[in-house]
Amino acid sequence: MNSFFKKNGPLISTYFIIAIVFWLIFLIVIPQLYMLDLSFRPNLPPLLRGGSDDVHTLVHYKHFIFGSESSEDAYNYVDIGVFVNTIFTAILVTIINLCFCYPIAFYMAKVANPNAARLLIVSLIIPFWINELLRSFALRILFAGEGVINNILIGTGLIDSGINFIAMDIALYTGLTYAYILLMIFPLYNALESLDTNQLEAAKDLGSSTFRTHWRIVIPHAKAGIASGCTMVFMLTAGALATPVVLSSPNTYWFTQLIYQWFNMNDNWSRGAAYSILLLSASVIFVLLMMRLFKVKIGEIVR
Amino acid sequence: MSADVELQNISVTFGNFFAAKNVSVKIEKGEFFSFLGPSGCGKTTLLRAISGFLDPSEGKVLIGGQDMAGIGPNKRPTSLIFQNLALFPLMSVSDNIAFSLEVRGVSKIKRKKRADELLELIALSGQGEKKVHELSGGQRQRVAIARALAIEPEVLLLDEPLSALDLKLRQKMRTELRAIQKRVGITFIYITHDQGEALTMSDRVAVMNEGELEQVGSCDDVYNLPNTPFVATFVGENNPFYAKVLSVEKNLVKIETQGNTFFATAGKINEQKNYSFSNGDDVLMFIRPESIFIKNENNKLDNTFTAKVNTVEFEGNLKNIYLKMNSEMDVRFSVPNAVDTNELINNKEVELTFSSKKAIVLPKGTLAVN
Repeated sequence: MNSFFKKNGPLISTYFIIAIVFWLIFLIVIPQLYMLDLSFRPNLPPLLRGGSDDVHTLVHYKHFIFGSESSEDAYNYVDIGVFVNTIFTAILVTIINLCFCYPIAFYMAKVANPNAARLLIVSLIIPFWINELLRSFALRILFAGEGVINNILIGTGLIDSGINFIAMDIALYTGLTYAYILLMIFPLYNALESLDTNQLEAAKDLGSSTFRTHWRIVIPHAKAGIASGCTMVFMLTAGALATPVVLSSPNTYWFTQLIYQWFNMNDNWSRGAAYSILLLSASVIFVLLMMRLFKVKIGEIVR
Repeated sequence: MSADVELQNISVTFGNFFAAKNVSVKIEKGEFFSFLGPSGCGKTTLLRAISGFLDPSEGKVLIGGQDMAGIGPNKRPTSLIFQNLALFPLMSVSDNIAFSLEVRGVSKIKRKKRADELLELIALSGQGEKKVHELSGGQRQRVAIARALAIEPEVLLLDEPLSALDLKLRQKMRTELRAIQKRVGITFIYITHDQGEALTMSDRVAVMNEGELEQVGSCDDVYNLPNTPFVATFVGENNPFYAKVLSVEKNLVKIETQGNTFFATAGKINEQKNYSFSNGDDVLMFIRPESIFIKNENNKLDNTFTAKVNTVEFEGNLKNIYLKMNSEMDVRFSVPNAVDTNELINNKEVELTFSSKKAIVLPKGTLAVN
């Protein structure tokens, strides 16, 4: 602590400490603890809060599993279905994202000359100056029943009648994959860039095929970057709201949409909090699984 | 199995720049052959052309008589050892060594057997399970050699693999490399800018400058009978004198330089022929520092001159004495450490002598250092 003050001077040191403490305590710890506590309390009108009815209860978590008391089903199939669908779709989107970004990142890091790589990075970044909602609507125009893609396909005679991309959720998957592409590419690019190019040549010289070189040398080297990209993309995809609202089919719900409904439309903050905690827990479990799978430590992920 | 390597009129261009210019040389089966030259002379380019990472703009690479055009590095009977070794840091030493077998689908048991054999060859038995970073610099060097030898290549290519080691280890590895080459009996092609490495290990040396071969020959010939001023000054130390030919008698050339007249021998144009000069030619005469002596009763050779002592430099086994012949010309000679040099104080005039047999006359040309 003393050396920290000595190194940075009193002014900057004090600023750092206040900023970090404020960030951690006020913006992360307190709101999340409040949410956690709220999720275990009944949904009461303001007058009754803090009264004798305001006790800790598992009612919201029970609702997620068993549904409302008026329901005839044994379990809350709708909400559980949305939850499972959200998690699995998010995993699928993460995998598609990885398969899509790995070649691009490898090309940028190891194949392209530095100028071409820079141009590619810029052209990847610029579309993200447009906000997420606008990008989603743009995709909706592309994928709509009488949208650009259908018009082209019909115009060239490939199909006779329009494909309903929105109902098939193709628009949703595309939108979600595209939304967080940079968060996959940059960790991968960083990891791949630090790979010594001679290693690739050495493997080739020893007779290795391109596939095996990637499997044995490149991917093991980049695994921290892969884990980092996958966890970020997964978390953000599972927690996305704007893209699913705009692009999902009328029958598909994203779990965040349920959370949003509980908070905003049904004015049931406790249940919204409980559902948020469930999503957070699933995300954390996913991160831990990724770390286990790739045998990386948390320090390596954030590198 | 060992193969010869033949380069036929190889040129490599990058835009207008010639990295290699019309290089032709035949490297014999089982030979330890070095390309020696300053950095940027094109030696690494040639090595990449032989290994297949680079296609020559013109000319052919033949390995064992077979044209290698269109054959990738993974299909050539060559193995390359990289300057930074490029060992795989996430694999064990054994996995590194057996990688070339793994990619060929050799079974785990056979891979282990071969890795153990090679570990024994490089005196690292029982260390196969270690990670690469747990080994010392010299051990890593040997692992890189073992990895390259695992598939029994016909030609081993080495791209300055010793340059990262400190002097003592480098000297030890030279002897070891040579011993390994003798044991496995395959062709070694070695790239270096260090003439000590080239001369101690090689059967033959090719000296390169600016993409072209200056001279190909045995270590003795390259040192004692340089064909060009570049070779004379790049390999070992040399005193160059800009001179004019006064008269020629067979290979004995009488020259004039800075008011002195010397007798010297006409240099070789190639292994068979000497250069022929005529009166009035502008030439360069070279005399090595170890061939100049202080004149006394025991040392009286056919050339003598006087110069003023400038500095005496201590180099361990040798002492280098720098002298001024006149305001422009410096000359140096060296004596063994045991020789008493106390009398050679600054500005003292000394009389020096050297033999016309050791002095070589070559046509004017580029020097390695100015």
